[in-house]
Amino acid sequence: MSTQNLSNDQELFVSGHRACHGCGMSLAVRHILKATGKDVIVVTPTGCLETFTSPYGYSPWRVPWIHHLFENGPAIATGVVAALKAQKRESERVVAIGGDGSTFDIGFGSLSGMLERGDDVLYICVDNGAYMNTGGQRSSASPIYSSTTTDPAGKRSLGKLQKKKDLPTIIAAHGVPYVATASVAYLKDLQKKVKKAMGYHGARYIQIDSTCPSVWGFPSDQTLEVARRGVQSGMVPLFEMEDGEVTKVRKIKKKIPVEEYLKTQKRFKHIFSDADGREEIQTIQALADSNIERYGLLKKTAPQDAEVQD
Amino acid sequence: MNNTSVMEGSEAVAVAVKACRPHVISAYPISPQTHIVESLARMVAGGELDSQYVRVESEFSAASVISGASAAGSRSYTASSSQGLLLMTEVFYASAGMRLPFVITGVNRQISAPISIQVDHQDTMSLRDSGVIQFYVESSQEAYDTHMAAFKIAEDPGILLPVMVCMDGWILTHSYERITLLEQDEVDGFLPPFQPVNSLDVNDPKSWGSYAEEDMLMEFKYAVHQAMQSGKKRMKEIFTELAQITGRDHGGLIEAYRTEDAEFILVAMGSVTGTVKEAVDELRSEGKALGLIKLRCYRPFPHEDILNAIKGARAVGVMEANFSMGSEGAVSMDLKAKLCGQKDAPLVVSFIAGLGGREININTVRNIVEELEGVAGSDVPQLEPRWVGLNTDILPKGVE
Amino acid sequence: MEITIGAVVQGGTSLGYKTGTWRDERPILDMEQCKACGVCVSVCPDSAVHVKGETYIIDYDYCKGCGLCGYECPADAISMVKEEK
Repeated sequence: MSTQNLSNDQELFVSGHRACHGCGMSLAVRHILKATGKDVIVVTPTGCLETFTSPYGYSPWRVPWIHHLFENGPAIATGVVAALKAQKRESERVVAIGGDGSTFDIGFGSLSGMLERGDDVLYICVDNGAYMNTGGQRSSASPIYSSTTTDPAGKRSLGKLQKKKDLPTIIAAHGVPYVATASVAYLKDLQKKVKKAMGYHGARYIQIDSTCPSVWGFPSDQTLEVARRGVQSGMVPLFEMEDGEVTKVRKIKKKIPVEEYLKTQKRFKHIFSDADGREEIQTIQALADSNIERYGLLKKTAPQDAEVQD
Repeated sequence: MNNTSVMEGSEAVAVAVKACRPHVISAYPISPQTHIVESLARMVAGGELDSQYVRVESEFSAASVISGASAAGSRSYTASSSQGLLLMTEVFYASAGMRLPFVITGVNRQISAPISIQVDHQDTMSLRDSGVIQFYVESSQEAYDTHMAAFKIAEDPGILLPVMVCMDGWILTHSYERITLLEQDEVDGFLPPFQPVNSLDVNDPKSWGSYAEEDMLMEFKYAVHQAMQSGKKRMKEIFTELAQITGRDHGGLIEAYRTEDAEFILVAMGSVTGTVKEAVDELRSEGKALGLIKLRCYRPFPHEDILNAIKGARAVGVMEANFSMGSEGAVSMDLKAKLCGQKDAPLVVSFIAGLGGREININTVRNIVEELEGVAGSDVPQLEPRWVGLNTDILPKGVE
Repeated sequence: MEITIGAVVQGGTSLGYKTGTWRDERPILDMEQCKACGVCVSVCPDSAVHVKGETYIIDYDYCKGCGLCGYECPADAISMVKEEK
């Protein structure tokens, strides 16, 4: 990145928000807004993002922003879009940014409605794989064998027994023009995808893998490191889908075993301490391998999307 | 101005809403509300109405869409009933707190279980604490008129709250009535375009939906209450202004019908008030000093007007098509609370009547009045509500 | 603070809340080693690293001390030092 003058004057998401140390979500949002520019209205359902940006009188949002409830982010966004259309405000666009609790679980019906109608909303899920705002409870986005506070590992429990819900595929099945996954590890790639999504009209979806030091259990300086390992292991496939077809993937430069990802986080600690843990790790490895296979993350062809250190 | 036609109550509401020029309408079907949104859909499809019409996947989203649209500065509307209104409840609380004006028709219907599509007021009255202003209407003409007032009240800068116009399902929505319509220029003169105080706008980025700590949460809630309380005066002004245009005065927050010098007064709301008025006339002709308070506005509760109208009465019978399980009818609770400690307060008796569409005719009203007279001499407070027409023969064993 | 109708607030006002007090470790930037790549600016979740002309400035009013800038710096120009409280 070249030297340029940057300060809070240029930020649309300014300092003083109350996210935890090293919060991946706040970092993602900063870069989302850099990509969208200022002419967007942002809708945020209840969750971490809402909580750490909404204490009365202290808003970091330099774009118009609305939080209403937990399960209705997409419907609120639809309402804003309808109002803009009615008022012929064509230069303003609507972006919804929610967590996995609101997106995968409680707001899923609302989201499906918005997608099916094709409302002109870019919906971004900043996915940290559990309900972090309330201390890390299981969501349908939590990865298999992760320990969460409502599905904790214990003598008779390995944590969550189900796989993460494959939401991008479900969303693509609605027939929307653009679906992408991104990671806080690759911020330029993230920005590029947001910009690309803004080039489409209709309902669009981006899912950003967002690491959470506080609940995943890793030091706050390793937010990007852990996210990178997620991508490099195949646990977090990065791809784009246009009109239902996978059109672009971010290749894995050097594949790492899933252990290298899992061992960085306390939420997977139990599968390493357990004598039978190998089996669980193998199951997770098989999932990563199937991602790699499904999306062609390791093909020998030159990376379509050159690896860039952000 | 004498554009009169016979139409279904639902159609009358749709025609009123159309004349108010909403930017955004959301729609989700539920009986007996559905004819309203179907009428509006036909108007949009036919090019008569230039609104964004959003076909949502649930009532929760129906209420949310109009909340979002309101925040972005658009006049917005939806209609629902029964379970749909309960599903919207969380949205109502939030939108009232965020001071998002919109109008919703609450077509009254019983709440499950047992499931029933018949009319009573249990659905809308369960929303009484949400911060939504509620009006109840007697006729489809009053429904037509009240929708015009509702938008103006909701959007008043001193009020800024959702407004619900409650009308009895089937009895009003599905019956045909002669409706006198306003000319469009009359409506436009009465109801100018929505001028929001705050709006989602990229040129002035504001944040909505804050988190408030214990040092200010109470003040935000108090401000909502005050908007309702001090808004009473404004609501009456708006009803008066409208009455001057329509030539039809339905009353302010209440309609006091033959209450002067009345010894006994009934309180009722919705379409049943037509029947009660007839009963009042009959009983008056028989020499009974009976009157009716038609409660037009339930929230805010117009206790000042009611207390004024019942002054000097011996007993008040509240006819309630709602019930608060484990207690009594909701209106009598309000009324008793406001009367407590008042000098020479009349006896208040809660009559549960009309639940789940149970018929209320003139004889039902006569029986209620008889019961009221019977207890009026007693100075024992009436702690238990009276279930009008309860068929004890079919109650299961053990239920007394 | 006088409250607003509906709790609607002006955007950008969180600058009035100094999160620097949360910090346990302070990032110290060694400009001698800095290669001006801008990674620290990009990765800061708190928008607390700025570029002023040729110099990078860490805004200690807001820096929470997460250490992300130091971990990611490819030139090892940022070191984390315990805050004296």
